[in-house]
Amino acid sequence: MAVQDNMSGSAPRPSLLNDPVIRGIIYQVLVAAAVIAFFGWIVLNTAQNLAAQNKTTGFDFLFRTAGFDISFTLFPWSRTSLYWQAFLAGLLNTLLVAIIGIFFATVLGFTLGIARLSSNWLIARVATVYIETIRNIPLLLQLFFWYFAVLKGMPAVRQSFALPMDIFINQRGLMVPRPLPDGEFIWVLVALLAAFAAAVALGVWATRVRTATGRYPSQVVLGAKIADALVSFLVALLAFSLLANMISGMTTPIVLGASALIAAVSVTRFAPFGRAILAFVFGLTILYALLTSMFPAVPQLVVAAGSALAALMLAWVAFERASDRPPGEGRFPLALLILVAVGVPAFVYWATGAQLAFEIPMLERFNFRGGVQLPPELVALVFGLTIYTAAFIAENVRGGISAVSKGQTEAAQSLGIKEGDRLRLVIIPQAMRVIVPPLTSQYLNLTKNSSLGAAIGYPELVNVFTGTTLNQTGKAIEVIALTMAVYLTFSLLTSAFMNWYNGRVALVER
Amino acid sequence: MSQMTEAVATGTARHSPMQISQTDVAIDVIGMHKWYGDFHVLRDINLKVMRGERIVIAGPSGSGKSTLIRCVNRLEEHQEGQIFVNGTELTADLKRIDEVRREVGMVFQHFNLFPHLTILQNLTLAPIWVRGIPKAEAEATAMHYLERVKIPEQANKFPGQLSGGQQQRVAIARSLCMQPRIMLFDEPTSALDPEMVKEVLEVMISLAEDGMTMICVTHEMGFARQVANRVIFMDQGQIVEQNDPENFFGNPQHERTKLFLSQILH
Amino acid sequence: MTTDTAYIRDTFVPAKPAPGRTGGPILWLRTNLFATPTDSILTVLGVVFLLWAVPPIYNFIIGQAVFPGGTVEDCRVEGAGACWAYIHARFNFFIYGFYPIDQYWRPNTVFVLGAALILPLLIPSAPFKRINAVLFFLVFPVISFYLLSGGVFGLPYVPTEQWGGLLVTLIISLVGIICSIPLGILLALGRQSDLPIIKTLCVMFIELWRAVPLITVLFMASIMLPLFMPTGTNVDKLLRALVGVTLFASAYLAEVVRGGLQALPRGQYEAGASLGLSYWKRTSFIILPQAIKHVIPGIVNNFIALFKDTSLVSIVGIFDLLNTVQAASSDIDWASPTQAVTGYVFAAFMFWIFCFAMSRYSLWMEHRLDTGHKR
Ligand SMILES: Nc1ncnc2c1ncn2[C@@H]1O[C@H](COP(=O)(O)OP(=O)(O)OP(=O)(O)O)[C@@H](O)[C@H]1O
Ligand SMILES: [Mg+2]
Repeated sequence: MAVQDNMSGSAPRPSLLNDPVIRGIIYQVLVAAAVIAFFGWIVLNTAQNLAAQNKTTGFDFLFRTAGFDISFTLFPWSRTSLYWQAFLAGLLNTLLVAIIGIFFATVLGFTLGIARLSSNWLIARVATVYIETIRNIPLLLQLFFWYFAVLKGMPAVRQSFALPMDIFINQRGLMVPRPLPDGEFIWVLVALLAAFAAAVALGVWATRVRTATGRYPSQVVLGAKIADALVSFLVALLAFSLLANMISGMTTPIVLGASALIAAVSVTRFAPFGRAILAFVFGLTILYALLTSMFPAVPQLVVAAGSALAALMLAWVAFERASDRPPGEGRFPLALLILVAVGVPAFVYWATGAQLAFEIPMLERFNFRGGVQLPPELVALVFGLTIYTAAFIAENVRGGISAVSKGQTEAAQSLGIKEGDRLRLVIIPQAMRVIVPPLTSQYLNLTKNSSLGAAIGYPELVNVFTGTTLNQTGKAIEVIALTMAVYLTFSLLTSAFMNWYNGRVALVER
Repeated sequence: MSQMTEAVATGTARHSPMQISQTDVAIDVIGMHKWYGDFHVLRDINLKVMRGERIVIAGPSGSGKSTLIRCVNRLEEHQEGQIFVNGTELTADLKRIDEVRREVGMVFQHFNLFPHLTILQNLTLAPIWVRGIPKAEAEATAMHYLERVKIPEQANKFPGQLSGGQQQRVAIARSLCMQPRIMLFDEPTSALDPEMVKEVLEVMISLAEDGMTMICVTHEMGFARQVANRVIFMDQGQIVEQNDPENFFGNPQHERTKLFLSQILH
Repeated sequence: MTTDTAYIRDTFVPAKPAPGRTGGPILWLRTNLFATPTDSILTVLGVVFLLWAVPPIYNFIIGQAVFPGGTVEDCRVEGAGACWAYIHARFNFFIYGFYPIDQYWRPNTVFVLGAALILPLLIPSAPFKRINAVLFFLVFPVISFYLLSGGVFGLPYVPTEQWGGLLVTLIISLVGIICSIPLGILLALGRQSDLPIIKTLCVMFIELWRAVPLITVLFMASIMLPLFMPTGTNVDKLLRALVGVTLFASAYLAEVVRGGLQALPRGQYEAGASLGLSYWKRTSFIILPQAIKHVIPGIVNNFIALFKDTSLVSIVGIFDLLNTVQAASSDIDWASPTQAVTGYVFAAFMFWIFCFAMSRYSLWMEHRLDTGHKR
């Protein structure tokens, strides 16, 4: 506040004490002295207290044997591990839960934020109720609910719930298959990365050429046609296989033939019909499976009729959308990119004869054998953090999107820019400027909130280090200082990112 | 107001009937009605605009002027009657709407420039992504129109760095870059300070001189006198009176028109 | 004048109803639920979701629930819903913790007094704001403290270990906010000051507390505070938590107040200076009143966050609302499959009521300030 010395200019100076500069210095000296005295007093007291308890200070304890168990670590842990390894284990567990939580919370939060802006009253209302409920209940309470009431209320191991894809859930957590890649599989991973990079590069190059010359390169256009057909074929194959599971009459030749037909149609102007059929088949099979499991009491015929009706609507939408945007030279070759990113690794997988087996969790007499066991604490914490943080992210997303004025859409519309381009070139870049900074602080909040995992026994940093380690070693000051340093680092990294981002995207104003 | 009239009157444009071809209809609105929910905003609109014609729409606030011209490029959809633009009927068909919008430029009261793009990028966005024009060519066209609106030196600035009048001129140039056959203006000068009104009106007048088909919603009566072939007066969602500027201002017939003119001119 | 140019309307077109629209509910359905095919699909999916989710929730909370008057046997029946009878039986524990039953009038008086003082404070048009604020922020805490802990005026002494439930939740959040407001204001002023040492100290304080999770602050308060005090000092457990919560809250509050200070037009600062007022007079009579008024919604939102965060004190062994519910859920007398869930639902509902009401209040204030601005 520069005003503080604004008065000094004109007024005569009656005494030194009234000179703002001198007064400022005196204030500061006084405050500094008080702070130093306060800390000195604390240090003195602490030294006395520690001496009375015969305790020493210093970080040498980090290299002593910890001698306790940690229920879940990302690297091999034994009772002979050292305290710094305990610190590391806790830190890694914190990061693990933060990364998983951030991923799911982002997905859920964006969905809810967009839903809340939906012109559909019901969808907007459901999203609002979710947000208003979840935001106003303490996270710790929600964690207790998920952990003590839901996961601990799960059936015992012997009565585990079977979820799709050989996943089981019971009191002991989530059992998921363990991937067992063989030696060759590394090449598939390499191919996956390389193909992904290649697809991105191809996309960027195609866009460059498109901007510079006004049309996509002819090889790309041709490739896109082939890719369209191939991707259509694969998608159709998936759809008809699902249908074949439901209806007995569908034999493999029929499935293959139908898929080929759809693929052939997809490059002609009848493509919308193919899209509609696929949408119908997907809608029918998925809805039927979902609804029968959601409403076991309702007769199957009713469910089938309901799903068919909904699928019909879906087919109609797909038809309309596809006919609005016929396949053409002007379209971004998304199918080609997907084909490159997926097809190349698939080919390598097949060509090298690599194997990716899954060790499926099997229920033995008392417990599961094989697979990976995700402890219930981890599952509950991820659940709680995701659901809680998503409510806040949704509000940020809603704010960001509504910050882009309706005039922007209208201006783009009146220039004839198509919906996809409109979102990509005009709306999203502007909304993201508003969304990213608060989104980053939500990520930081989620990371900090993961410390509540300590309350349900998830071995993250606070639990392992500030809890167990502190209790065993009694090194309160060192342990708490280290813990705080970790969170301070997270926070500083976040604000460094935000400053960089804000500086980069700040709208230039007069 | 009068100061404005003078400023514009110094221009040379006088509508020349030769530019209007009676056989070439640019916009044809036939028995059109529009509702916002249960509110009947536009009632029985009939309007035929010839190619090269300049129309000014005036009327009290809330009379449906903006709604009418927004219907012409289907930013709003109508419920009854027909609208033809360049011979294409406006229906729910998205493809046709995009085709029509490419041919119809629109200038908004609040400019609606894209704040995250430079002026040049604002101008080239649609030509590149809608018309598929190569970037270099699109930029050359953009510079041409920026010169035409007299601000080529601003090309690499962002909209936030420009004055209101400059922004509106960029908005006009942005529409022109799509080389539209029809231009719609929705109160392009009413968000501007008086001294900036002039620079925008000058650009609009020079467009009119070039024979652009224009529909302008504006309260700049000086502009209307000088440029318009026809002035349309709207009230309560309907066209109440329509005449050439001389008769419209000199000899208004309808009670509402007289009242409106007496309010706006004094 | 050609015929197609001149036109004068002679008959006025009256408004008529929109075609194909009957208005009323059907119009509403068409515009809000079935406007486009995609919309229709979303509506159907939404209805399916609600059909799936709502009945079980309804059955749990009302349909199959055991209401007060029911017994624990009713709650143990297969398929029984929430065991409200259990909440009813342990209600006093959830509200007062271990506070002696014959002394309940004391917390009750505090509740009534607090409500009577805070309500007029929240209503902008209520008179006597200054006296009211002094009573609530200065007198009320002192009275409440002596009333609750006793030991004077012949009131039996009740140690803080026996306080609990909603009482403690409210105490912690109120003390937290009351103490953090002056502290937060000072910190915000310090951060805005151009005295480098003061500014640095304030920035460090604020950023440190905002960087670390509350749980580490509470650990620190409960473990390190006794270490920092002269040997032999015994710091009450509740007091330790209060210190932690207050420091934590004041850092967040400081940032809210700083927002208000920065939002003030520079002219206000200059006007204050040109009147020849000293820094403190200027700040407390011109700057702060305006800044604070603008950040009331922010302060309320902060208070909501603080109110939810108080639940963390259960980790350092204080019996707040959440901890009493958690403790009671292992009560053998009421053991039933739904016991724990019922407790959580009850606690969630209590927290929700307070937070939701406050967030509505803050929205309302924001709206009021917005419109007040334009006038
Ligand atoms: N999206 C909308 N929903 C409902 N009613 C609307 C909507 N947009 C405009 N209206 C109403 O339609 C009527 C006409 O609005 P319009 O904007 O066309 O008026 P206008 O003649 O352009 O007025 P102005 O001179 O103030 O711009 C007004 O009564 C307005 O309230
Ligand atoms: Mg208007």
